[in-house]
Amino acid sequence: MLKVRNLEAGYGKLRVLKRISMHVDPGEIVTIIGANGAGKTTLLHTINGLVKVSSGEILFKDNNLGRIAPEKIVASGCSLVPEGRQVFSTMTVEENLILGGYVLAKKTMGGIDAEIARVYELFPVLKERDRQLAGTLSGGEQQMLAMGRALMAKPSLIMMDEPSTGLAPLIVKNIFKVILRLRDEGNTVLLVEQNAKAALGIADRGYVLETGKIILQGAAQDLLQNRDVQRAYLGRETD
Amino acid sequence: MKYWEEDRECMAREDLEQLQLERLQSTIYRVATHVPFYRNRFKEINLDPDGFRSLQELSSLPFTVKDDLRRNYPYGLFAVPLRDIVRIHSSSGTTGMATVVGYTRNDVKNWSDLVARILTAAGVSKDDVIQIAFGYGLFTGGFGLHYGAERLGASVIPISSGNTKRQIQIMQDFKTTALVCTPSYALMIADTMLDMGINVNGLSLKWGLFGAEPWSEAMRTEINNKLNIQATDNYGLSEVMGPGVAGECLECKGLHINEDHFLAEVINPNTLEPVQPGEVGELVITTLTKEAFPVIRYRTRDLTRLITEPCACGRTNYRMTRILGRTDDMLIIKGVNVFPTQIENVLFEIEGTEPHYRIEIERENHQDKATVLVEVMESIFFDEMKKQRKLVDTIKKRLASELGISVDVKLVEEKNLERFEGKGQRVIDKRVL
Repeated sequence: MLKVRNLEAGYGKLRVLKRISMHVDPGEIVTIIGANGAGKTTLLHTINGLVKVSSGEILFKDNNLGRIAPEKIVASGCSLVPEGRQVFSTMTVEENLILGGYVLAKKTMGGIDAEIARVYELFPVLKERDRQLAGTLSGGEQQMLAMGRALMAKPSLIMMDEPSTGLAPLIVKNIFKVILRLRDEGNTVLLVEQNAKAALGIADRGYVLETGKIILQGAAQDLLQNRDVQRAYLGRETD
Repeated sequence: MKYWEEDRECMAREDLEQLQLERLQSTIYRVATHVPFYRNRFKEINLDPDGFRSLQELSSLPFTVKDDLRRNYPYGLFAVPLRDIVRIHSSSGTTGMATVVGYTRNDVKNWSDLVARILTAAGVSKDDVIQIAFGYGLFTGGFGLHYGAERLGASVIPISSGNTKRQIQIMQDFKTTALVCTPSYALMIADTMLDMGINVNGLSLKWGLFGAEPWSEAMRTEINNKLNIQATDNYGLSEVMGPGVAGECLECKGLHINEDHFLAEVINPNTLEPVQPGEVGELVITTLTKEAFPVIRYRTRDLTRLITEPCACGRTNYRMTRILGRTDDMLIIKGVNVFPTQIENVLFEIEGTEPHYRIEIERENHQDKATVLVEVMESIFFDEMKKQRKLVDTIKKRLASELGISVDVKLVEEKNLERFEGKGQRVIDKRVL
């Protein structure tokens, strides 16, 4: 579904991503773990068209995303759930969702209603608060809204940037359960996380990003067993 | 069950190449970071480990040869600290000749899965009773097959090698359905059964997985007929992992290489350039997932040919033909790798022998028989028999401990063996496969 080859990107003269190669197959959860500043968010933003590609290629369903505008990338089926939720706080829950479905609205208005119903089914708490302003939701609810908003575009690939940030462990557990459910319903997820243990716990495969380079990759279970990953990312000193 | 890991064994070529590139890039990064040998070698040839961008650039990477492994004996090429190692295997030979390889927990897990793939391809399933008559120990054959068979869920009989009559007894009593050993040992088992008056049709045997030494289609036919089984070939070497690198499916038209874990190239051993597609040359392997002991472009010295045409079994992994020969002087005697230099070194250390010797190998009753002819000083030859016998015993013992197999030793008078310029033709291999 997504193939990234030798991708390099950055900001101005700063080269953040150094020759990244990775891929996501349909129906899997792939996670990218790494410390702060490793380049995880930059990678998602580059795939999403928010950061310009310096070299290398990004193939999404065999189309090169290199020079396509972000809104067209969303329309082609690749949606981003940004870090820190970024919901439109002065709009209601439902309005947020409708905005997320703008690519559908161009086609048919009926499609939007069906999608909203689907999102409410996935997150019943959003239905309960559909007329509430997004800014008044709790952190966990805002995260669900951000995910729901991304789902409104009926993406074939959902990219999530640090969905666990700033959430209580119990809420994180719930969010991750929803991600698993999305996968089980046939969705494809690219998950960027600092919480390596939780991410590897639900992912099929993973990549370890360190200072802009992928230094390790493999089945999530294998990475959990890898001593380097354990030492550096799982906070477990083994002897 | 037809495949063990269908999503990997039947991958679209394009997806496989993406996976290979990702794995190769992180392997190069890891060896450059964790193995001084590779870091220095990359530096010597001005290779930027972060610059590798395409599988087509593979030939820009340096080769690794067996001597590199020997020089870094025992742990010099390990890419992880010893505390992350859960298993160590080694080739035969003493310091200076031996090679040592290690495995992390993940390596053992992957190895088991790869062997399970090969067993599945060869017809074996979890319902089979599998008798592993490879030697257990430092040699990778026994444990490699053992872990793969357990992973598959088959019932494993870890009988190890030797004691043919007991092998047959157990085969009958335990209702063995799959046999794992060298092809020559399979034939010896068949002949021993005949001698014992055992009807092969009364056995439960169905499958045979044979490897660790070269064999031929003629031998396959003979094994199939004599044991009433379906015999398949499989390939591996400890430097790369052990068994599980490649194995035949039931089409029996070449060995599928586990290409998601091993990148295979075929080169001309003289020019070191890649051969034309489909031509015979030396197999070169780069590991893609090994944690403890990754190797970059390891020269196997085995001659083969790549088959890129699709296989009727549905696997998309390329195949290689059975091993067609060697590019060095390594001999495989009773499934054990033997280098003439090992014999030379032993003889050199024993007083009374001349540095002239010849190795004769023949096959008697399907078993390899090696005889080392050694020139001895005239004085010894005219000495009493007792002294001669003692010398023969000493040489035999030293050779057995160095090589890991027993060989016959014959003393000959000085200057009785032909002299050669340079390296010389010291090996006479009379085996017909």
